Amino acid sequence: MRNERPLRTWERRTESPEQTQSLAERLGRLLQPGDVVALVGELGSGKTLFSQGLARGLEVPETFYITSPTFPMINEYPGRIPFYHMDLYRVDSAAEFTELGIEEILYGQGTVAIEWAERLGENLPEERLEVHLAFNDETGRSLTFHAFGVKAKKLLDSLIQVFRD
Amino acid sequence: MIVLGIESSCDETAAAVVEDGHRILSSVVASQTAIHSPYGGVVPELASRQHVKVIVPVVSEALQRAGLDLSAVDAIAVTQGPGLVGSLLVGIGVAKGLAYASGKPLVAVNHLEGHILAAFLEESPPSFPVIALVVSGGHTNLYAVNNYSNVTLVGRTRDDAAGEAFDKVAKFLDLGYPGGVVIDELARSGNPSAISFPRAYLEKDSLDFSFSGIKTAVVNFVRKYVDSNKGGSIGISENNGDLAKQLPVQLADIAASFQEAVVDVLVAKTCSAAQRFDARQVVVAGGVAANSRLRERLREEMARLGLPLMLPRAELCTDNAAMVAAAGFHQLEKTGGSWDFDFDAISRWPDKTAGS
Repeated sequence: MRNERPLRTWERRTESPEQTQSLAERLGRLLQPGDVVALVGELGSGKTLFSQGLARGLEVPETFYITSPTFPMINEYPGRIPFYHMDLYRVDSAAEFTELGIEEILYGQGTVAIEWAERLGENLPEERLEVHLAFNDETGRSLTFHAFGVKAKKLLDSLIQVFRD
Repeated sequence: MIVLGIESSCDETAAAVVEDGHRILSSVVASQTAIHSPYGGVVPELASRQHVKVIVPVVSEALQRAGLDLSAVDAIAVTQGPGLVGSLLVGIGVAKGLAYASGKPLVAVNHLEGHILAAFLEESPPSFPVIALVVSGGHTNLYAVNNYSNVTLVGRTRDDAAGEAFDKVAKFLDLGYPGGVVIDELARSGNPSAISFPRAYLEKDSLDFSFSGIKTAVVNFVRKYVDSNKGGSIGISENNGDLAKQLPVQLADIAASFQEAVVDVLVAKTCSAAQRFDARQVVVAGGVAANSRLRERLREEMARLGLPLMLPRAELCTDNAAMVAAAGFHQLEKTGGSWDFDFDAISRWPDKTAGS
């Protein structure tokens, strides 16, 4: 990952996939064009599930299933703003990034969720909300949010506010 | 009627000439496998560039092998989607150009419907109505096919494709690549009922699939014995050395139990679909159709139901343009006319189906 300090960090525990998805949906409601959500966590930790929640919050029609983007690498969905769901599982190093042609999406008009985002290394955008998912038990997860950049900090502040209200 | 088909939705650049929707006059496929293999799958940007390089020679060769020039072709068919937008656009651009220059009608076809119609390019085509299971690294779809131009998606995965679950579990257990093949082999020496992994049948009557939970169940099972929560690594072996020594069961038992769970669901949903839609035949296509346990179980179950099972030959299961030409032919028969040139690539269609 890029080597800088987050402007804000927030941790939240969930007990079930439904709770994880609901937390993601609340974040999805707050997303704006250009926002990048970088998802980090091992196999089965819930990155695609989290992205499904983001999509609901972004008002992607229910007629679309938000499926794993591992095979196509990028799935694009219509929502209140375009939602790009990326997956770098198949990318082994940052050196390969320049070959992938994804800069235009990262800095485009949609909002982006990136699974296995750590593979981007130094190519991660400076402005991003990282979400680290870790196992507590079979269904429970710890989610740690790290806001990098001023815009991401505002976004995380708004999310924290939702849970205070 | 002679149709020139063009296919560029993923990592094969293909062109074919097909007569009357079933007789293949030529079929040329330029594979990009070598370009993508270091990435363990297709890289969209690299695919588009390669399509641009080879598409014109591929189309020329297809015409040449059929012994025809463009003036002898009655229509041009091209894959509109689903697929990688950048790749699709290459085929669509060339098809539009050829159609415009030659004044031939142009039809845009759905790639997955093409995969189903590929079965009808075999010498003894299946009898309608057909239930088709298309199962690969990127898709797990069930279709009800009433006739050539009436293909309905009745079930599909809500998260991971079946082939993807095989690849990810294989990588997680450090078994090697391609995951489907290594698990299939390892599972032969394992006990399929050693571990009871969950089968996701979803709502009653649903023909949709979900394989993410089985994948996570394998991870959870291994995590009981090996701490893997070290953030961001792909598989457990990277952190923990020899995985097999730390587990109370053989890796072959995990592979066999996992495979059994996936196969159980694929077989059960295919059978329910066949019964619900009164199918006279079941067709299975896609890379996972090569799985030996899936083939064995499908044969058993279809025999029990008294339904013939058809597994098309390999070159018709993988991406090709003969199936696009065939699908284009049937679409022309149905609609009679050509599409205008305004259509664009479609990366994916909405997924909700009649069955869900």
